[in-house]
Amino acid sequence: MSAETKGAVVFEHVSKSFGPKQVLRDVSFEIPYGQALCILGRSGTGKSVTLKLLISLLKPDHGQIWVDQQEVTRMKEVDLSKVRRKMGFLFQDAALFDSLTLYENLALPLQRLSKKTQEEIDSIVDRVLGQVGLGNDKKKMPSTLSGGMRKRAGLARALVLEPKILLADEPSSGLDRITASEIDELLIQQKSEYQTTVIVVTHDVHGARRVGDLFAVFDKGDLVAFGTAAEVEQSEHETARKLISES
Amino acid sequence: MYRLIKLIEFVGKVSQFGFRVVLDFFHPPFEAGQIGRQLAEIGARSLPLVLASGFALGTVMTFHTRSTMVMFGAGAMIPTVQAIAFFIEIGPLVAALLLAGRVGSGIGAVLANMRAAEQIDAIESLSIDSFKFLVVPRVVACVIALPILTVFMDFSGLLGGFFSEYAASRISPQLYLVRAFAEMAWSNFIPPTLKTAVFGFIIGTVSAFFGYTTNKGAKGVGEAATNSVVVSSLLIILADVVLIKFIFFVFPENAL
Repeated sequence: MSAETKGAVVFEHVSKSFGPKQVLRDVSFEIPYGQALCILGRSGTGKSVTLKLLISLLKPDHGQIWVDQQEVTRMKEVDLSKVRRKMGFLFQDAALFDSLTLYENLALPLQRLSKKTQEEIDSIVDRVLGQVGLGNDKKKMPSTLSGGMRKRAGLARALVLEPKILLADEPSSGLDRITASEIDELLIQQKSEYQTTVIVVTHDVHGARRVGDLFAVFDKGDLVAFGTAAEVEQSEHETARKLISES
Repeated sequence: MYRLIKLIEFVGKVSQFGFRVVLDFFHPPFEAGQIGRQLAEIGARSLPLVLASGFALGTVMTFHTRSTMVMFGAGAMIPTVQAIAFFIEIGPLVAALLLAGRVGSGIGAVLANMRAAEQIDAIESLSIDSFKFLVVPRVVACVIALPILTVFMDFSGLLGGFFSEYAASRISPQLYLVRAFAEMAWSNFIPPTLKTAVFGFIIGTVSAFFGYTTNKGAKGVGEAATNSVVVSSLLIILADVVLIKFIFFVFPENAL
């Protein structure tokens, strides 16, 4: 595969182990720009590890990972930092900084990574918080927010640097159906309005079918199915068929 | 044998961690804002504890030494003994141990909690160097705060000693101060106070190491807090022995 033909994200024969436990085994896939991939699978099959490998919070034992045309597995920390700026990460429990207000949580990356004035930062934070419906809550501390609000705040922080690639680790976990649907809408909006490539790890098949263009199904560290919903439904692998068709 | 290997491995890891703190401190960005925040948290908020403990310790120490000193006709030396004891050893050591308890456990628990809640991963994902952002400012704040807190400890101990002595002999404050500092040299004050910067480095580095490197989730938070206090307290006492010998070597008159 030449660099010119690569998609927004490419995994090439990636393997990862923790001690004796192999979490990912020879995983390869490619996500074109502006598409949404939903990663499905049972618990402990390497879904979240895939996201962490992508943003280089973990390093693979074997294989290569390409993000926006750049191979990241052997990249120096300085260069890696530039690649990470193209990505936003919504963590499973939002991972908001407890000691900072909502405003400070969002302003921090802008203050650190951009040369924007305070007025510009205020304007961006207000706009992004407004997008996720938290415009009136910017002075609140994360501990005072509900689960859904925390998720939306985490999403706002992931979006504040206008990432080309958005990663979301179980964005609907622990949320009621309506709130989960609101989060899905925000992801769809981000993909359609800003052509952001979205990668979502989820157990919520209903939400995944709304958000995803492509689906990857993991089972015991193997990528057992990859493609559109229709393609995965036709997969030879029973787990893949069950996971995609669950109501 | 296995425990010895583990101990050597631990010492190596903590040393490497501390070395990285020093290296990162001299590289921009210098995190002045974060250092300021941590100084307020570590320094200012520890002040009431240090002042109260110093005062109580000073009072009690005079209670205990007075009868013996008077028995040997050395009642006039009570302020001198109090000052030398506090400035040379009690102030620096007790301030450090108090800070290890209050701040060390706090640093260990906060960083471990941040690790468990993926907040450290979140910082990294935002292209911010989490080590420089979280660890270095805490260690630097400990290094700066501890000598300052030690001075407060010394003088609050002296104040406690004065009140205790005043209650017994109605000594005037002026006479108490004159006697307290009669035998004091700068070398009795500066080196012991500055050695607490090393204690601060130990507290900051050890506590941050336990918190930052844990990977045991919620269980790791408690472990990090406990280990931070136990190990940093032990290392402070061991370092004190070495530093006292070093001070005696540089200022031989202090050994007399």
